[in-house]
Amino acid sequence: MKRKIRVLIAKPGLDGHDRGAKIVARALRDAGMEVVYTGLHQTAEMIVKTAVQEDVDVIGLSLLSGAHMTLFMDVTRLLKGKDMEDVLVVGGGVIPEEDIPALKKAGIAGVFGPGTRIEDIVEFIRKNVKR
Amino acid sequence: MNDIASRVLKGDPQSVARLITLAENNSPEAIGAMKDIHLHTGDAHVIGITGVMGSGKSTLICELTREYRKQGLEVGIIAIDPTSPFSGGALLGDRIRMMEFATDNGVFIRSMGTRGMLGGLTTAVYDVVEILDAAGMDIVMVETVGVGQAEVDVIKIADTTIVVLVPGLGDSIQMIKAGVMEIADIYVVNKADRSGVEQTLAEVESLVDIACTNRDRKTPVLTTISKESKGVVELIDEIDKHKKYLKKSKMFEVQRRKRYEAELVEIIRKRLMNFIFDESKFKGKIESLIDQISNKELDPYTAADEILGKILR
Ligand code: B12
Ligand SMILES: Nc1nc2c(ncn2[C@@H]2O[C@H](COP(=O)(O)OP(=O)(O)O)[C@@H](O)[C@H]2O)c(=O)[nH]1
Ligand SMILES: [Mg+2]
Repeated sequence: MKRKIRVLIAKPGLDGHDRGAKIVARALRDAGMEVVYTGLHQTAEMIVKTAVQEDVDVIGLSLLSGAHMTLFMDVTRLLKGKDMEDVLVVGGGVIPEEDIPALKKAGIAGVFGPGTRIEDIVEFIRKNVKR
Repeated sequence: MNDIASRVLKGDPQSVARLITLAENNSPEAIGAMKDIHLHTGDAHVIGITGVMGSGKSTLICELTREYRKQGLEVGIIAIDPTSPFSGGALLGDRIRMMEFATDNGVFIRSMGTRGMLGGLTTAVYDVVEILDAAGMDIVMVETVGVGQAEVDVIKIADTTIVVLVPGLGDSIQMIKAGVMEIADIYVVNKADRSGVEQTLAEVESLVDIACTNRDRKTPVLTTISKESKGVVELIDEIDKHKKYLKKSKMFEVQRRKRYEAELVEIIRKRLMNFIFDESKFKGKIESLIDQISNKELDPYTAADEILGKILR
């Protein structure tokens, strides 16, 4: 039997824009994945501990407030200490082009801004999931 | 002892999580570990929570967990949501109500899709209860899917089964139809802040009176407002009382035997089905039998005999 891809969709920080996160969560479900959605206002520690318990293959972070540089990187930093380096981390929301290289360097494998086609997200995850 | 098993017994969350995944995926790697941990299980009190979607199961679990944590108990939660029969995917959203425990090391929450199983549970749920029990959880709560009828399988796994109802909507009539009247050890009418509580309470109580005439224990009916943490301490009290009743009346052993029976049947069913349908050995054979049935060269029973004959020699 084919192994199901498990994804955690999380919204770090105080940002209340959750439309995109919910749309992505539903789309990944429709693509056959098991999607854990935890709602708003997550700290990096909450996200990483949830990812451990749920044993997800992918963490998807969504942020439209502009605080992605610190909040996304907090998550990847915490993952390093946890033997969770094989988890694929992707992010989306309102993220300026010039921030993307630094995010990628910090371990966010894919960054998807407004207007991204859902199929591209699904394909990226399927191609890059590490386990 | 198996490596992952020994780490599970120490309560290492990452190993617990990984073993659950292996069990859920029917991985052969899970089997050795599951064999090793069984000896270390049996102490956790398993609470099943069922009721229609939106009745407040997840919120109630959050409230119960908070109380159990105050008592210093460790809590495992298995939250089951439906797998889409079309995509095979699932949106697992019960955790939204439980995030206050996200950084509490004494709480382990796992969200699961039904993955094709009917009856409100998922096939790996027996394994996950054993794993959380072995990892040292004092309480394990199982939240069923909540799609409505026929979610009665939870009684096989739970020591205490709680049925959550809400005021109005003729719930009690639905309950009779679904056979849910028989399964509860405790009824909870949640959302008691809403109108119609009195009536629902009266309906449920009269149904309980009819159902319990020949029993030595009358099923209690409680009201809660889980959104406002009301009635939760009383509910914990009833759960404790039920646990004591089970122990005193020897029903505990009967109940546990039922669980192990269901678990054994499930393991055999799964391994047999995998053996027949997932192994390439039979793939071609089955396809050709279906062709023959379609062409009226063979009837389905004779076809089944051919497959089963190969196994049951
Ligand atoms: C709708 C909206 C709102 C709604 C939100 C409703 C809701 N529940 O989500 C309301 C009106 C409440 C709102 C409020 C505010 N908003 Co507003 N809002 C928007 C708006 C117009 C659209 C956002 C949206 O829903 N898009 C549709 C979804 C589907 O797209 P998306 O989220 O971008 O998601 C896509 C991709 O980004 C990606 N994606 C997103 N998440 C993820 C996650 C993963 C894992 C992946 C792979 C991909 C991915 O995939 C999606 C599909 O393509 C944007 C402008 C814009 N063009 O983005 C401003 C915007 C985000 N808001 C903004 C602001 C400032 C605010 C407020 C502070 C305004 C105020 N002063 O009151 C408040 C703050 C609210 C809060 N609590 O945080 C700013 C943010 C500025 C910034 N980043 O520097 C924006 C950019 C507008 C602007 N140009 O100034 N807002
Ligand atoms: N009015 C009221 N709403 C409640 C109560 N308990 C839960 N809810 C709300 O009911 C909705 C569904 O709750 P949830 O726990 O997710 O239900 P579940 O689907 O059975 O797990 C949520 O919006 C809760 O906030 C209650 O006691 N009173
Ligand atoms: Mg729920």
